[in-house]
Amino acid sequence: MNKNKIVELKAISKEFNGEQVLSEISLDIHDNEFVTLLGPSGCGKTTMLRIIAGFETPDSGDVYFDGVRINDVPPYKRELNTVFQKYALFPHLNVYENIAFGLRQKKCPEQEISDRVKEALKMVNLSGFEKRSTEKLSGGQQQRVAIARALVNRPKVLLLDEPLGALDLKLRKDMQNELKNIQHLTGITFIFVTHDQEEALSMSDTVVVMANGRIQQIGTPTDIYNEPVNAFVADFIGESNILDGVMLSDYKAKFAGHVFDCLDKGFDKNEPVDIVVRPEDIDIVPLEKGMLRGKITQLTFKGDYYEIICDIKGFKWMIQATDYVEPDSEVGVYIEPDAIHVMKKSEYSGMFGDYSTFSDEFEHISDTEEESEDE
Amino acid sequence: MNKNIAEAVPPPERKRVKLPIFSEIAAVPHMVWLALFVVLPLIFVVYYAFTDIKGDFTFANIAALSQHAGTFLTSVCYALIATAICLLIGYPLAFAISRASAKRQGLLIMLLMIPMWMNLLIRTYSLMAILDDGGIINGLLSAVGLPELHIIGTAGAVIFGMVYDFFPYMVLPIYSVMTKQDTRLIEAAYDLGCNRLSAHFKVTLPLSVPGIVSGITMVFVPSISTFYISQKLGGGTKELIGDTIERQINNPATRNVGAAISLVMMILILISVTVMNKFSDDDDKGGVII
Repeated sequence: MNKNKIVELKAISKEFNGEQVLSEISLDIHDNEFVTLLGPSGCGKTTMLRIIAGFETPDSGDVYFDGVRINDVPPYKRELNTVFQKYALFPHLNVYENIAFGLRQKKCPEQEISDRVKEALKMVNLSGFEKRSTEKLSGGQQQRVAIARALVNRPKVLLLDEPLGALDLKLRKDMQNELKNIQHLTGITFIFVTHDQEEALSMSDTVVVMANGRIQQIGTPTDIYNEPVNAFVADFIGESNILDGVMLSDYKAKFAGHVFDCLDKGFDKNEPVDIVVRPEDIDIVPLEKGMLRGKITQLTFKGDYYEIICDIKGFKWMIQATDYVEPDSEVGVYIEPDAIHVMKKSEYSGMFGDYSTFSDEFEHISDTEEESEDE
Repeated sequence: MNKNIAEAVPPPERKRVKLPIFSEIAAVPHMVWLALFVVLPLIFVVYYAFTDIKGDFTFANIAALSQHAGTFLTSVCYALIATAICLLIGYPLAFAISRASAKRQGLLIMLLMIPMWMNLLIRTYSLMAILDDGGIINGLLSAVGLPELHIIGTAGAVIFGMVYDFFPYMVLPIYSVMTKQDTRLIEAAYDLGCNRLSAHFKVTLPLSVPGIVSGITMVFVPSISTFYISQKLGGGTKELIGDTIERQINNPATRNVGAAISLVMMILILISVTVMNKFSDDDDKGGVII
């Protein structure tokens, strides 16, 4: 990507009340890019966005915008706009005045304001809503007004702080598509903050995975999914079986008591590693054809596939398969070389166990809103 | 077993019926209170306003009102000036308190409230001791060799008394509305190109209107009807409409005229409060007390 760098973060650190929220963050964001900052609550992603917006100043490090250092530039002088979590629409102004707010501040002529507000409303499919009170709109409509209010200023960069967090699933999917379209249409750089990995993967050009105030991995959605750099990323993005393994030599990995062919190389001989196998890459085969054998302990019908928990030598694997298998039966398991991803050991190794305590409910724990970071 | 459980848990319908009955019973003491000490006196006021000493129906009391128009105008002027001063000092103060740290907010609000724990009459009396010709201020002035000031008995003293007595009622509702404001709205204003000052006037101020309206009402209404402040600090020379009402009602011969003035006052206050509340079209924002 040899596009112009629009936002550059250089070694940004920030602490609140003695707690390190961001440590030495460096990141380049390019023109016309859809970048998502992805991570669990408290990982520092919202703080990072607020530093770019100018609501927080970094303790150390520099922020550049279009090549100019903007550490000390107040938010109202930055050529970017924000779509806030829970929208932050002005309750004393109607839809038209909310959207016109930024233009009035710039002292645009009334005719131009009117034209641009109409155009922005059209872009978010809310034509005819000018006179409505913002408080009488549904969540999705308020969301659209918030996006229009930011876009109407034609910023170079649009910051979006968990903008879809308060919407229900269906609306969320629609808005994801719409946001993506708007980004294509306008060519504005989007910096999108979310804790929803699916949202991040489906919308972004570049995903920045964060944890504990550090960037874990920067890459395209496919890179992040297929080549996670450590156990944290592998666990956070999608479902994964993460096992302790040993790299015997190039292309030979030993885990679960079996030596597998794989496509990875460049590790030391007998180097301990973390192995990731995605549940959809595992085949259930007749016992005699399996590389491993295990017992089916749980089977959940998910509509287009079965989610299977399989006990192999005490480690509970998650497998996603389209064919039914009998619970409690013994099966063979087959893993293709390209389904195995080998990662260096990291501080996160061993933090993510098997699926023995797995329940769908755990999924939602990470969905709690990020209030703590906003203080 | 199952049957017992079914009996132990009352059906939800029954619960829903019970609650209003309970809340109605809870409201009875207050209802009785209202009837005895608000509605009944009001009926008396209306009755006296339209009758003469013998109890015959008459418009004479209402007709006599024109004699008091001057006093009434003075009262309105004093109350307006006092309200304006309270607003000019109170709004910035409420804003400053609402933006202070939580700990400091508690302290500042307590300092504001402490005078309210004392009886208004006592506070007015102590103000007398401070402002009097031989009082504390003049004592200080002569101690440093400056000429004494004649404060008590002037319009300034009366207005000062009103401001002093009713000031917290201006600050508290504005403060309460301001603390409830979402700080993200201010950030949104910054984001859309406002500096601190314009963000204040375009967002904080308009959103504080319900509190301001409530504050104005709560200062203006007691100021316009006060009588003891003008008696104590006005030195008997500055009669306000409250004093007129008190004097007329205390004299059995003019009681009916007093009732008529009260009635007209009440109606005028009611009208002005209604008009004021029109400015804060949204009542459920909090802070609107009257």
